[in-house]
Amino acid sequence: MKICISSTGKEKNSIMDERFGRCQYFVIFDTETKEFKALENAGVTSAHGAGIAAGQQIVDEKVEVVITGHMGPNAMKVLQGGNIKVYKGQGKAIEEEIRLFQEGKLEEINQAGPAHFGMGNRARGSW
Amino acid sequence: MKIAVLSGKGGTGKTTVSTNLAKVMNWDYVDCDVEEPNGFIFLKPNVLKTKKVNVPIPKIDDEKCINCKKCVEICQFNALAGTNTGIILFEKLCHSCGACELVCPVDAITEEERSIGKIDIGQSEDIKCMRGVLDVGEPMAVPIIKELKSLIDEKPTIIDCSPGSSCSVVSAIEGVDYAVLVTEPTAFGLHDLKIAVSLVKEMKIPFGVIINRAEEENDLITRYCKEEGIYLLGKIAFDRKAAVLYSQGKLLIEDEVFRKGFEEIGRKIEGVKRCN
Ligand code: SF4
Ligand code: SF4
Repeated sequence: MKICISSTGKEKNSIMDERFGRCQYFVIFDTETKEFKALENAGVTSAHGAGIAAGQQIVDEKVEVVITGHMGPNAMKVLQGGNIKVYKGQGKAIEEEIRLFQEGKLEEINQAGPAHFGMGNRARGSW
Repeated sequence: MKIAVLSGKGGTGKTTVSTNLAKVMNWDYVDCDVEEPNGFIFLKPNVLKTKKVNVPIPKIDDEKCINCKKCVEICQFNALAGTNTGIILFEKLCHSCGACELVCPVDAITEEERSIGKIDIGQSEDIKCMRGVLDVGEPMAVPIIKELKSLIDEKPTIIDCSPGSSCSVVSAIEGVDYAVLVTEPTAFGLHDLKIAVSLVKEMKIPFGVIINRAEEENDLITRYCKEEGIYLLGKIAFDRKAAVLYSQGKLLIEDEVFRKGFEEIGRKIEGVKRCN
């Protein structure tokens, strides 16, 4: 089984990134081969639909479990379409998150958080 | 003759200027600030006609789809995602480019219409008033603005644009004869004015500036305009009366002093029109 964690870095001791669509990297751990692999998040560079691009990338990697902080509704929809389960991580190192997941200590997220989490809000006047 | 009223940021009095000018000059008024169209509050037109604005989006026939994901790859806007359970469309991200339909090898994609907002057409005394209203949560204003602009006839018209310099503003000011930039005499006002100036310059639209909430003779905007050789169309005084009228949903020209000010600006704009 492949587990994917949204990450601030490329290493197994990197810290998890709370954001899914706008994280820098995805670290993928294969429970069978015990191998780690890091991918750059395709969503970061896309002007539109970061969460969708990120979700698509994860679906294409045939991941079964995602550990992240917050996931927007669009990314959630893509992952649900790919039958991928999403768990709420605790913002620790990648290895630690995997251990917590395997011990059944992470909670599954079924509901998406607000869209555009972690992006600046656009203030706008009214007249 | 079409004149666009714009500002680098919100809250500078762009709608105040547009609606008051439309009224004193007896020009038609079009509210292209479709995310927050406020002009009708002041002009109070009778709405005579409302039409829906639709955009085409793809419709995927799951029976025909062979899940090749060609449509997902071609979409530049990430509006499509491909999973093992099928193709998912994120309709709000779709820019109606039609590429997915073209690329599908089995013709599983057809077009359907999706409503994103409406256009209201009304009359306030002699002035025809139109406004676009984007549905809440819809991200794409441009299709409504384009449709609104296609409805503008030969009569002189004032176009109230959305604040900023986004693609909504670009599509609202495309093809206008003159731009009126509204700002206020503060450092932020100057900063945003410069952005608006570079936009209209780039689009080669002649323009002039109106300073709202002006308090001094020689403020920083006046100095900037002098230095840059920018035509100052006029100033609207900072006055409690303006705030009171605004909060009551009234036009400033109900006050004699403001009316004279707007008439003066109107004459200058008419002058510009003759030069053109
Ligand atoms: S019409 Fe264009 S933007 Fe819309 S889903 Fe198809 S390819 Fe993407
Ligand atoms: S291109 Fe056509 S057949 Fe291929 S996945 Fe898209 S809809 Fe299905």
